[in-house]
Order: sequence, then structure tokens, then C-alpha cells
Amino acid sequence: MANGTHRKLRLHVMRYNPRVPGDAPRLQTYELEEADGMTLFIALTEIREKQDPSLQFDFVCRAGICGSCAMVIDGRPGLACRTLTKNLGEEITLAPLPFFELIGDLSVNTGKWMRAMSERLEAWVHMRAGELDLTRIEERMDPALAERIYELDRCIECGCCVAACGTARMREDFVGAVGLNKIARFRLDPRDARTDADYYEVVGDDAGVFGCMSLLACHDVCPKNLPLATQIAFVRRKMAREGLG
Amino acid sequence: MKIVYTDVLVIGGGLAGLRVAIGAKRRGHDVVILSLVPAKRSHSKAAQGGMQASLGNVIKGQGDNEDVHFEDTVRGSDWGADQEVVRMFVNTAPKAVRELAAWGVPWSRVRPGDREVIINGQKVTITEREEAAGLIAQRDFGGTKKWRTCYVSDGTGHAMITAVGDQAIADRIPVHERTEAIALIHDAGRCYGAIVRDLVTGELRAYVAKATAICSGGAGRLYRVTTNAVICEGIPTAIALETGIAALGNMEAIQFHPTGIFPAGILVTEGCRGDGGLLKDADGHRFMPDYEPEKKELASRDVVSRRMEEHIAKGKGVKSRFGEHLWLDITLLGEKHIRNNLREVYEICHYFLGVDPVREWIPVRPAQHYTMGGVRTDHTGESPTLKGLFAAGEAACWDMHGFNRLGGNSVAETVVAGMIVGEFIADFCDRAENAVNIPTRLVQEILAAEQAKLDALVGGRGTEDAAALKVRMQEIMTAKVGIFRDGPVLEQAVAELEQLLVRSRNIGLRCKGGGANPELATAYRVQKMLKLALCVAYGAYTRTESRGAHFRQDFPRRNDAEWLRRTLATWKSGSDTLPTLAYEPLDVARMELPPGWRGYGAKDYIDHPATAARAAEVEAVRRRMAGADRFAVQQALMPFAHLLPARLRGRNERIDERF
Ligand SMILES: Cc1cc2nc3c(=O)[nH]c(=O)nc-3n(C[C@H](O)[C@H](O)[C@H](O)COP(=O)(O)OP(=O)(O)OC[C@H]3O[C@@H](n4cnc5c(N)ncnc54)[C@H](O)[C@@H]3O)c2cc1C
Repeated sequence: MANGTHRKLRLHVMRYNPRVPGDAPRLQTYELEEADGMTLFIALTEIREKQDPSLQFDFVCRAGICGSCAMVIDGRPGLACRTLTKNLGEEITLAPLPFFELIGDLSVNTGKWMRAMSERLEAWVHMRAGELDLTRIEERMDPALAERIYELDRCIECGCCVAACGTARMREDFVGAVGLNKIARFRLDPRDARTDADYYEVVGDDAGVFGCMSLLACHDVCPKNLPLATQIAFVRRKMAREGLG
Repeated sequence: MKIVYTDVLVIGGGLAGLRVAIGAKRRGHDVVILSLVPAKRSHSKAAQGGMQASLGNVIKGQGDNEDVHFEDTVRGSDWGADQEVVRMFVNTAPKAVRELAAWGVPWSRVRPGDREVIINGQKVTITEREEAAGLIAQRDFGGTKKWRTCYVSDGTGHAMITAVGDQAIADRIPVHERTEAIALIHDAGRCYGAIVRDLVTGELRAYVAKATAICSGGAGRLYRVTTNAVICEGIPTAIALETGIAALGNMEAIQFHPTGIFPAGILVTEGCRGDGGLLKDADGHRFMPDYEPEKKELASRDVVSRRMEEHIAKGKGVKSRFGEHLWLDITLLGEKHIRNNLREVYEICHYFLGVDPVREWIPVRPAQHYTMGGVRTDHTGESPTLKGLFAAGEAACWDMHGFNRLGGNSVAETVVAGMIVGEFIADFCDRAENAVNIPTRLVQEILAAEQAKLDALVGGRGTEDAAALKVRMQEIMTAKVGIFRDGPVLEQAVAELEQLLVRSRNIGLRCKGGGANPELATAYRVQKMLKLALCVAYGAYTRTESRGAHFRQDFPRRNDAEWLRRTLATWKSGSDTLPTLAYEPLDVARMELPPGWRGYGAKDYIDHPATAARAAEVEAVRRRMAGADRFAVQQALMPFAHLLPARLRGRNERIDERF
């Protein structure tokens, strides 16, 4: 490998373990040599293997699919695994997502928050009553509708939208773009028996769709490019009408 | 000491674990799921291409049914599969897809009328039927006679685990996230749950249950180059092995996927080739038809991967600074198709390679992909030797894949096995004699023993570096226990892995802190992973034949006479450095499809002495029953319906097959 032609990177990583008495947040700097095709996944793994075995972070699929590794990269929430170091400067600052419970260093408990949000919004298809006969041909669905549902179903619950959200900064109980997108998704789905009145029950307030201040940072940071701006606006219109009715 | 009691402990929150849990819960049993990560981030999420089920909705799937799916699966397995289990599977797969449809999976649907597709490098117009409008669509995948793979764009696993995960939340099934099972609790041949480490606090807890189900996925991270997620380390498979009682089946059967992107190993789906993509060499030549004139790029994965490596060995690889690779060309599919149906592929190429697959070819090379072996179970999903221990999904050797699994059959297995095994676990828990009667004192002792092991690692004076041992193990596995295997090289690999295992008993930690301590996790995991690696390497060394994905250059033929047997590995004593291997014969006399040529790959094999007689018998039954309906013929050859839970026995309706 052609040494010397590679940059020296300096990663400034926010370190803090709330479970260690007396520990305080601090930036720790790690130096390493860049390699071709290096991602933040590769860089952080190398740091943990060779320099600091105590460093905490979360990677699972390392392919931009599972949403585990969201963190604040040079001030902006994003997926670390698919961030190539070549697109960053030599000085890189990494911090955990704000808003979520901190586990340690770059690791935050998005899973716990997502589960609570799902329970609150009842984020599942509410099937119509009656036993499903699995031996029968499935119900038909318009192919275009299936594609539209999938478009919204692509959310990976990474937490970037919530981390970037102005409302979430002020209201701990805000359901975030991730929650509102789910409502949009289930509303679209004819298999879900709920009506707008039911959805109004769960998002028709300031912790829900009326809390959104339309700053739309969520839309800009979504790693899956979900159409969050239009979906939130759409849900708001529907819910406003429901509230009047 | 904390003890959590539940009826069913499910280790793993991927598709298999979630579906098992839902099944048991809906029958009225309490369930707790353990998972290293939030359930929806399990590796099932990464499945792109799709799920096989013989719905036969698209025109190229017309005429598909359970019989065709059965034959494809058994041929794919190179006759290593348990044919009764395959029958249970193919009969349940359509029900599983339809259940998922009702739960909200936005399956891609059939648009009636003309559409242009690429088949064998040519644009072809096919016409979908009006009767199929809006039904679930299928795409082509390797090793199948019909288009059978149901899909959601190329985010199938994502859409499936989202829907199944949502149903688990609806059913109020607790998922204990960021927990890791590190030992099974067992006594006198009966499993009672697991010792579990909290990955946030580092604390150990005991989970005591009537039934324990290992649904922890594959062990791809035994290898350096793999498509698997970083959490696919197979620890629960290893703790089953460490009981000394439960056996692991066919661990040497490891699948390599033809199209890992080079060099990162991230997968681009088989759907690329299914939809018409071609493999090309350094000269831009499409080489697969030279080797496999019939199935070409769409022979089974083991065959395509071997042909690719063979072609590289002939000097036809593309040279790069990281080594050699080949090309996957999907440019002929066109921008619209790629952006809509192969969207993940587009993103992966964009982010990880800086390649635009609409215009440029994708550098690929085979990478470790799937663990066919796993915790050996009977058809109900229970270990035949350790009562109360169940397994399902990639972690299990149930055994429907034998020595090679077909693309699309794995996510199908997870939900199908979940439906079936979930019912059997519920039956198990219903029986009064299966109440938990392990003394608390014993649980405490087992927990204390595990704690002592971790304390010894943290406080000990060992000198070995855990991360370095792991990397070395992975390198040995990729270099010496890969696609092409050879006796002397395997012998070396086994010896080196044994040394690593011995050294792993002397690991020292730099990080002495309590709490999460990721270095401690690496340390106890590598000790366990080395045992699995030895099961793979030693099993491969001992199996002196080639079958499916297991290819021995010194024994290139499939040898049914000696090796129509399943490898069973157990680990008898903590001080051993090798597994104990035993073999379970497959019974040719009961096979619905007696061994023969797969229809692709090598044509010469050594017959089992009983094959000819059974083949004649099957022929005679078919002749005698000519004209009878296909269900009657099947029933005469190998009855299986009685093996299924009663609610899953029904026949599957299709547009061409109404009841
Ligand atoms: C990139 C890729 C693409 C694929 N595409 C397809 C496809 O298109 N079609 C197809 O059929 N198959 C595909 N497969 C295969 C298929 O996705 C997997 O075999 C299947 O999803 C495995 O599901 P599972 O539920 O058995 O395990 P997983 O989904 O891997 O889940 C394992 C679970 O176990 C948990 N776990 C692991 N260890 C522990 C422990 N010690 N303690 C507690 N919990 C633990 C994990 O947290 C996780 O929740 C693909 C595989 C890969 C790698």
C-alpha cells in the first residue's frame, strides 16, 4: 500500500460514561492514518482494536441499512457507517446523538425511545376483526399504492430526525418526524382499520403533529431521504380537519 | 442476584425470534426476547432480494407449487436436507407470505399487461395476466425453476422485520435490548434458560424459563470477509455447544455469496442477477455461460461462487490494489429499474464504492454469507438431546438447507420456522410435566460460575490480546476454510485454530473497568467463536467429499455412499481443543426425491447403495398413480402433513389451483 500518500486523520470523540462516578464529558483525540475507502465504521473499529478498547459505539449492519450508528458528525446527525472519511476534513468531531438517553461515548439508547413511541402511537397495522385464512389467495393491492406505502415504510428508526428537531429540544414528549411519518404510513394502508379520529387521538396535540414548528431539519438529515416535509404537512392538514370536525 | 422468570425465553429478536415469540404469546404463554440490539436492527433487516413462496402469480411463476419448490430446495441442498422438513417448509411458505401481507408488508404487486424484462442478457416482453392484478409479485432467483421470490423492492428484510417487529410490540412482548446470553442453564439433560449479561451495565442476570429458543442468526464473523453484520458472531450457537449435550449439525456447510462488493464484502442482492445482471471478467467477457450453459449466472450460489474463483485463478480477474475481483454489470437493466427495484444496491454502490451502477460495473467477489449448520433440532425445532432447548432460523440446523441454501429460502425459513416452532413450543409449555423445577440454588451456582469466569478475565494476568486473536481466527477461516478446501490446508487450519483456542485461555485485558467494557465482551466471545471455528474447520477436514458449498479439491465428487450423513459436533469437556464428531445418516429409502444430478454443477457423484432401489420405487409409484392428483402422489411417496401443527396443514390456494 502506498504509505505517505494517505492523510493523517484526527478524530475528536466525545467521551463520557454516565455510569462511572466522577466521569465528566470531554473530547478525546485519536490519530490514525486514512486508508482507501475508509468509513467512520472502519476508523472507529480500528481505534477500538488498536488504541482504546474502552470506546463505546454501535455498529450492526455497517451498510447503511439498520440505523444503529447514527451520531453527530462534524455537527450534523448522520449514519457513521456510510460516511467516507475522504468526504471529511482531517479534523473530525464525533458526538453522540443529543436528546436520547446516553449509554456511553457515542452510544445512545434510540431503541428504548423508539419502542416507547411505537407503543404510544400504536404503530402497527390494526387488522380488521375476524380470523385470517392463510390458505386463501391474498387480498389484492394496487401496485402503485404498495410502492407508496413502502416509500414511507423505509424509515430505519435511526433517530437523526429527532436529534435535529427544534421541537424535540423543547418538548421531551414530542413524537418526532419518525412518529408522524409512521402515522402517515398507516393512514395510507387500507389494511389498517383505524380512522382519522383514531389517529387524532394519538397525534392531535402539541406532543404530536401540532408541535412541529416546520423547521424541517428532519427532512434535511434523513439518511433515507424520506419525504418528511410533505408527509408532516399532510398529516397536519388531515388532523386539523379532524380537530374541527 | 436477579432472576427473571418467564415461560419462554427467546434468544434473538430477528425475524425468527420475533415470529417464534408471537406464536407462543398468542397461545397464552409469557415470552421474553433477548437481543444484542433493538430487535428491528437484527441482521434480518439487511435481507434485500426476497422470500421464496410458491404463489405462482407472475406469468413466469405460473405452474409453480409446493412440489416444484420442494425439488428446487432439495437439489439446492445437494441432498443434504431433511426432506420431510423441506415439505413442511414449502407447504407453510405461502401462508407465511400471506400472513405478512396482512400484517402490513408492502409486497411488490403484479401490474397486468406487457412489461419488458431482461432474460439471459436479452430484452424480452412478457405479459402479466389480468387475473393476477394486484397480487404479490415474484422475481427470479438462482437455483429455481420458476420465478418464486416475493419481494419488497430490494428492502424485503427491512419491510418484513418492520411488520413483524410491530406485531410483537402490539402483542406487548418485551424485548430486553442490549443483553447477551453467555451460557445456558441446564441440568440433567433439561434446559432451563440462560445466564445473560447486560451490555450497558455489565451485570449478569439469570433468566429461567420452561422453554428456551435460540434464534440468534448466523456466525459469519468467524470469517474476515463476510456479508454479515458485525453482531453475527454465533455466540448462542456456541453456548449450546458448550453444554456438552446439545449438538451442532453440519457446521462445515458455509455459503459464500457470489456478489459481495469488493473489498468491503457488503452484499448486493442476488436480485441483481435474477433481474438480468451479468458477471463479467477483466476482458469484459460474460464468462458464466462458458461454465454453466443451462443456468448461467443463475446456478445455485455455491456453483456460481466456485466458478468465479476458478475464473480468477485462470488469470481472468480484474487486478486492483486490494487484490482481484470480477464485475457485476447491471447497466442493461436501465436507470428506472435500478432506482426503483434495486434501490439499496444503488445506495450501497453510491456510498461505499462511489460507483453509479446505472452506468458503471460493480466490483464483486464471493464473500462468506450464510451458516447452513447450527443447533441440531428435530422437526419440531427441539434439540433431540437437550430437552427444552429449541432453535429456529439461521441459528438452527432444522435442516432444510443441507449443504447449500437457495437465495430467498432463508428469510422464508425464519418466519415459517417461527410459525411452526412457535406452536410446538406452546405445546411444550402446555404440558404439565414441563413445569420448571430447577432449584434456585443451582441457578445461583451457575450464575456464580459465569461471573467467576468474567472476573478472571478482568482481574487475571493473561497476556494475549483478544482483538488480535479474533482477527487471526478470521484470517485463517477466510484463507484456509473458504470456497476451495484441501486436506493438508485444512489440517493446518485446524492446528492453528487449536493453538489460538489454547491462547485464548490466557487473554489479558487492558481495560479493567466494570460496566459495558467492550474489550471484555470481545474476550469471552472470541473464546466461544474459536470453538465454532473449530467445528467448521474440523468438520470440513473430516468430510472427505464435496457437497453443496463444501468443496474439497482433493475429493471433488459428492460421495453418497459414504457421506450422505449429517455431521453432529459436540464439545465434551472444557479442556478439549476439538469437538467430538458423530454422524447421523440420511435415510435414502424414505426420500421423496432420491439423490441424483442437481441440474447444474458437476455431474459425477458416487451413488448410495440404496439409491437405485428407491429411485425405482418412486418411479413405480408415479407410474401406478399416473393421472392421480399431485397431493395423492406426494402422500404416497413421503407423507408429512401429520408432522405439521394442525392449523398449518391446509392446502394453498392459487389462481391456477382453487379449492
Ligand atoms: C446482506 C444479507 C442479505 C440477505 N438477503 C437475503 C434475502 O434476500 N433472502 C433471504 O432469504 N435471505 C437473505 N439473507 C439471509 C437472511 O437474512 C438471514 O439468514 C435471516 O434474516 C436470519 O434471521 P434470524 O432471525 O435467524 O437471525 P438474525 O436476524 O440475524 O437475528 C439474530 C438475533 O439474535 C440476537 N442475538 C445474537 N446473539 C445473541 C446473544 N448472545 N444474546 C442475545 N441475543 C443475541 C441478535 O441481537 C438478533 O436480534 C441475507 C443475509 C445477509 C447477510
